[in-house]
Amino acid sequence: MTKYAYYPGCSLETGGIEYGMSSQAVAKALGIELLEVPDWNCCGASSAHMTDHLLSLALPARILALAETLPVTEIVAPCAACHARFAAVEYELGRDEELKQKVNSLLERPYTGKVKLRYYIDIFSNPETLSEIEKKVKKSLKGLKVACYYGCLFVKPPKIVNFVDDPEDPQAMDNIMRALGAEPIQWPYKTECCGASLGVTLEDHCTKLCNDILRFARDSGADCIVAACPLCQANLDMRQVTVEKKYGVSYRMPIPFFTQLIGLALGLDPKTLGFPKLFVDPVSMLKKVGVA
Amino acid sequence: MGEVNLSQVMDRNQSFVDRVIEESGQDIRQCYQCAKCSGGCPGSSEMDYPPNQIIRMLMLGMKEEVLNSRTIWVCMGCNTCTTRCIRDIQVAAVMDTLRQEAVRAGYVDKAQTVLNFNDSFLWTVRTFGRLFEPGMAMLNNLKTGNYMKDMQFGLPLMLKGKASMFPHRIKGRREMKKIFDNVQGGK
Repeated sequence: MTKYAYYPGCSLETGGIEYGMSSQAVAKALGIELLEVPDWNCCGASSAHMTDHLLSLALPARILALAETLPVTEIVAPCAACHARFAAVEYELGRDEELKQKVNSLLERPYTGKVKLRYYIDIFSNPETLSEIEKKVKKSLKGLKVACYYGCLFVKPPKIVNFVDDPEDPQAMDNIMRALGAEPIQWPYKTECCGASLGVTLEDHCTKLCNDILRFARDSGADCIVAACPLCQANLDMRQVTVEKKYGVSYRMPIPFFTQLIGLALGLDPKTLGFPKLFVDPVSMLKKVGVA
Repeated sequence: MGEVNLSQVMDRNQSFVDRVIEESGQDIRQCYQCAKCSGGCPGSSEMDYPPNQIIRMLMLGMKEEVLNSRTIWVCMGCNTCTTRCIRDIQVAAVMDTLRQEAVRAGYVDKAQTVLNFNDSFLWTVRTFGRLFEPGMAMLNNLKTGNYMKDMQFGLPLMLKGKASMFPHRIKGRREMKKIFDNVQGGK
């Protein structure tokens, strides 16, 4: 059985709870074991790296150090923002022994770097697991047009997140969608920023960026936007009403997580996968694939 | 921007420029102003100076203008500039350093909303170990005096089971306190 240390992060227990639910359900169905990091803390997100360099490294380093107590060699963080903070720790502390010691002096358990960060989408999109998924598809998503939306922080900057996919036109999620029978559309907003980090401080601009993404997806013929980051997802889903009001449009565009769609195709119950948790009603999309 | 005597500001602010290079780990002197960073920047329409100009101003030692700019607080850290920079400069990392420098040097006029948010966010992390969104929102609204901000999201989030009334407290709170006590702006 493949095992990974699993860092849900704050979002997967709150705003992105359906990402956590579907991740657990799908992993179980595929025989992947996700071992939650014990007593994990918040990674600090943008607030920490805007405030202090050392803080922005020490918070995620504590989590990575705790992951080293688990019988695993790799850790996954489904949230792109958390993933980016872990990537920063690996990159910076891996190159600077003095900085590593400074960070470790603040931690009860030192970070050694023995548990490596793995791109979350890749634990499903790697060739072996993908063919496993293909074999286990019970309910093909044929006819469903999906706009795969990767957001910024899983793929940028490639040198630091250390991922081989194309940062301008990534394919990992597209490949998963094809394996499920769905049709990933071609569109240019795959990795454009949704402005989630400005949601509180510069809301108007955040709304504009969301509108650009939603409009482009609709105009490209998508039935839904598939998300991989809980911050992007919450922004496009929960804020969609605000966007529609401000721009006088109606999108009603469902924003499921890619793990929810894998689950659907594997024949899992939409409720277990957290579909009722989505703000924009996914029923039109579910009907299209014959599960509602 | 008024008239600036470049040789004077350069003399005066060389140590600042050196510190930004050192702290960010980015050699901004490699920039040859292709402006790809600004072309792809999702925040540039809201900025007073696009990212390439900030880098150029930095090279010229224009500390006050850079630290007083709106740009550094609009940057979302999406790393599009860093990804596309043909001179291998992590522009977003430079923006992080500039924000930290701005706070240290007291240039906070344009930053108050961001700083309030960051302080509220980090207060919950320092106290509980994890982000506690309702607490963060309340604290932020108290700081800004905008008491009803984002309250329209509160009830729907509760109804969907996406927000908890009470924070989760991790066991390692003492360790969290130690981390925060030993960094800048952690208090």
